[in-house]
Amino acid sequence: MDTTKVANTNGTEPAIAAKPSRAGAVASWADDRLGLATMAKKNLRKVFPDHWSFMLGEIALWSFVVLLLTGVFLTLWFTPSMGEVQYNGSYEQLRGIQMSEAYASSLKISFDVRGGLLMRQMHHWSAMLFVASMMVHLLRVWFTGAFRKPRELNWVIGCLLLLLGTLEGFTGYSLPDDLLSGTGIRAADGFIKASPVVGTYMSFLLFGGEFPGESIIPRLYIIHVLLIPGLLLALVGAHMLLLVYHKHTQWPGPGRTEKNVVGFPMLPVYAAKAGGFFFIVFGVTALMGALLSINPVWKYGPYDPSKVTAGSQPDWYMGWPDGALRIMPGIETHIWGVTISWNVMLPILILPVVAFTVLLLLPFIDAWVTGDKRDHHLLYRPRNAPTRSAVMVALMTMYGLFWAAGGNDIIAIRLHASINQITYFLRAAVIVGPVIAFLVTRRWCISLQRKDNETLLHGYETGIIMRSPEGGYTERHLPLDATRAYVLTARDRDPVVDGEVQHEVDGNGVPTPHTGRLSGVRNRLRTLMWSDNVQKPTAEELDAGHHHAEHEHELQTALDGHAADGHQFDGHHLVEDEGLRHH
Amino acid sequence: MSDDAHELDTVPDATVTDDLYANPGLAEHHWRPTDVDPKMEKRAERQVATLFGLSTICTILFVVSYFTVDKTDTFAGLGAQNLTLGLTLAGALLFIGIGVIQWARKLMADLEIVESRHPASSSEADRAATLESLDQGIAESGIGRRPLVRNSLLGAVGLVGVTAVVPLWDLGPTNAKVTKEQPYPGAGLENTIWAPGMRVVRDVVGTPIRPGDLQIGDLVNAEPEGLFNGGPDGEPLEGVALQVGKSKGAVVVVRMEPEEIIPGKGRENWSVDGIICYSKICTHVGCPISLYERTTHHLLCPCHQSTFDLADSARVVFGPAARPLPQLPLQVDADGYLVAQRDFDEPVGPSFWERG
Repeated sequence: MDTTKVANTNGTEPAIAAKPSRAGAVASWADDRLGLATMAKKNLRKVFPDHWSFMLGEIALWSFVVLLLTGVFLTLWFTPSMGEVQYNGSYEQLRGIQMSEAYASSLKISFDVRGGLLMRQMHHWSAMLFVASMMVHLLRVWFTGAFRKPRELNWVIGCLLLLLGTLEGFTGYSLPDDLLSGTGIRAADGFIKASPVVGTYMSFLLFGGEFPGESIIPRLYIIHVLLIPGLLLALVGAHMLLLVYHKHTQWPGPGRTEKNVVGFPMLPVYAAKAGGFFFIVFGVTALMGALLSINPVWKYGPYDPSKVTAGSQPDWYMGWPDGALRIMPGIETHIWGVTISWNVMLPILILPVVAFTVLLLLPFIDAWVTGDKRDHHLLYRPRNAPTRSAVMVALMTMYGLFWAAGGNDIIAIRLHASINQITYFLRAAVIVGPVIAFLVTRRWCISLQRKDNETLLHGYETGIIMRSPEGGYTERHLPLDATRAYVLTARDRDPVVDGEVQHEVDGNGVPTPHTGRLSGVRNRLRTLMWSDNVQKPTAEELDAGHHHAEHEHELQTALDGHAADGHQFDGHHLVEDEGLRHH
Repeated sequence: MSDDAHELDTVPDATVTDDLYANPGLAEHHWRPTDVDPKMEKRAERQVATLFGLSTICTILFVVSYFTVDKTDTFAGLGAQNLTLGLTLAGALLFIGIGVIQWARKLMADLEIVESRHPASSSEADRAATLESLDQGIAESGIGRRPLVRNSLLGAVGLVGVTAVVPLWDLGPTNAKVTKEQPYPGAGLENTIWAPGMRVVRDVVGTPIRPGDLQIGDLVNAEPEGLFNGGPDGEPLEGVALQVGKSKGAVVVVRMEPEEIIPGKGRENWSVDGIICYSKICTHVGCPISLYERTTHHLLCPCHQSTFDLADSARVVFGPAARPLPQLPLQVDADGYLVAQRDFDEPVGPSFWERG
């Protein structure tokens, strides 16, 4: 018998010498089973760069969490049923009235469940925050170039999140079955029926027979609490994973390059900041729920297909397709025994799909036009991509005008204007407005680029006015400090030589073959993209500029030692020893 | 994430960029007052703890107000309970958030650290190995060599989705089914519950209308009497039947000077003494319409502002609707009440493909 492995003492000490700390013990217990240390090692001290604009997506993330929490609370009391009941709750004005169980339970949550109204209002406010912050986050990502390779797929996921968030909002505010939201469903039924060929079938299947039926609320409910949240959760997870994998973009600055990422470690600083920010978003939502009334369904009354409220409008994020619907001329084709409702199909079935597809494809269209195959981790200021910025401002203008059209009745009432004229104006404006916005933005950006160059070449404005012996006035300029000058010049030169775009050379200096029918289009788009941009100064221009500035400085030194703070003549104090203030 | 050292493809080409100024490198770290002054450090510590303490107080107040504030109380026009619960909840959450962030900003180390990036792509070796495994797997499966297996599988998988789609047919009866089986009066998109001789009654209350009840310029929201006595034993409709009946049967009745009416072709005897009746359901997407301007006889839809001229067969004068509102032919019954001559001649409400 081999006894060499048998313990040869009766000592009580275990084989491991020192007892590990309690946290260490828990960690090793977990790691023995999960093997998380390899991943945690890399990520616990993961670097997050600091900038306020990186917080916008975080608002969206946290408001989604608030939505999940408050939403679970609401499901405890909400009854997703269209069965008719007589209301006997504590809201006097509606007592004794027949209504759906969905509406009755919404009233119950609002009036008879303590904190129920608060949760309802927090849920609705955080839904608005969710969609709004996603939109602003999207704009930030576009305007600063964070959508470029390798992050295009995360842009696509983000767009899907925006789409699903919007649908989630629509299915959510339809659930209480009040008069306003019911009117929204009524309109949605009209949209569905306008679909070619399959419209009535889709409508009858969705509503379980003829509108309004008694199936739509339970069906929207399961879509709202299970289907879309599940998809949202999965996509949010994918969005975060890609964010971690790609690492965050950062602004150019001292020590920041394309090859590194500079900032605070996840543990402890970012965990604290992001975790703390969750509580702030949650707290602000609670504050809004406490102070700002939203969607007072008890004022609208239960849904009745023969009634409507004046000024019926969807939640704001559904406003733009509704606006398109309002300003669309009433065109319908009756041919071969069928009806084609262009007046509904174009604005509500086709336009949003086209708009969403364009949004989804923007990074890919951009990459095709520029031919840029490089990775980008440093952001740029919107002015340094004038055409891209102009494209987004044009899209924003179009969105804004459609959105305004969604409120044409409110505008008419508030401004005592004719609703007909507002509508005619908007029909033209949604086409002309984006073009003007594009041109103005592009030129505006180019002017800002020019201004940056001026600052680089001649220094910044000090606010000190110099008076020459001849009586002329000039403002004194001083050179930028090294950091500021570096940040201003830390950007690519566009492939432009003497105002001519170098079509033959792509971003990597590799010649682009002149093949494909679209190469002519692409070349024209490239010219539009870059040809008018102001490039940062060359080394020679910079030298000349600095030389000139020094010369000017020399001329002005004679004036140094003469105070110019406005107190020379008022006798407040002596000025002999004062020099010009340097900033 | 691969750790191998293949290069990031970010190096800007020489023709594209140049370094006018050298990267000055990370800015010098500045110590915060809390790093160097123990007094300031203690102060920040107290601030953070105070914030957490305030949160605790708010939580307690939340619980107290849950049990003490009456749900009928109001404060400054707001529900007192909603206000106290909301404000204390907001305080409980916000003070934690502010406290944690104050802690991070004042007391946690504020040294920026640098991490280097790796390309999103895998190394060439990994790619090659993956492709090789993939090729090997494909080769071993023989999917390339056995087109019969491959194509029949593709066909089967492509078709199996049908089992998920077809059962959706039972989500609801289709229009054809509803119309054919007529389980309730006025079933289907082409019909409403209006029937020859059915009285036009006031909305909500259900009282019949005599022509003399209406002044010139009046608009009355009306319903078919069948909603109020259409049940098997003459009882009011309820539930789905009532909702469907209302969603198609609702009408507006207006009275104007008879000579103001421009009757449509074949509609000369559809009105009674200047009283004329139209479907209330907008032909655009189906909102009920009732914003009436008596001087112009225009009826405006509050949803998308389609405007109809009620004196002229409800012709569309403005907005996105493409068709006039269907008109209900009226007459007076033996008791002197307004009744329908028959159902609408065309489907009411929004357009649909099969409408023709």
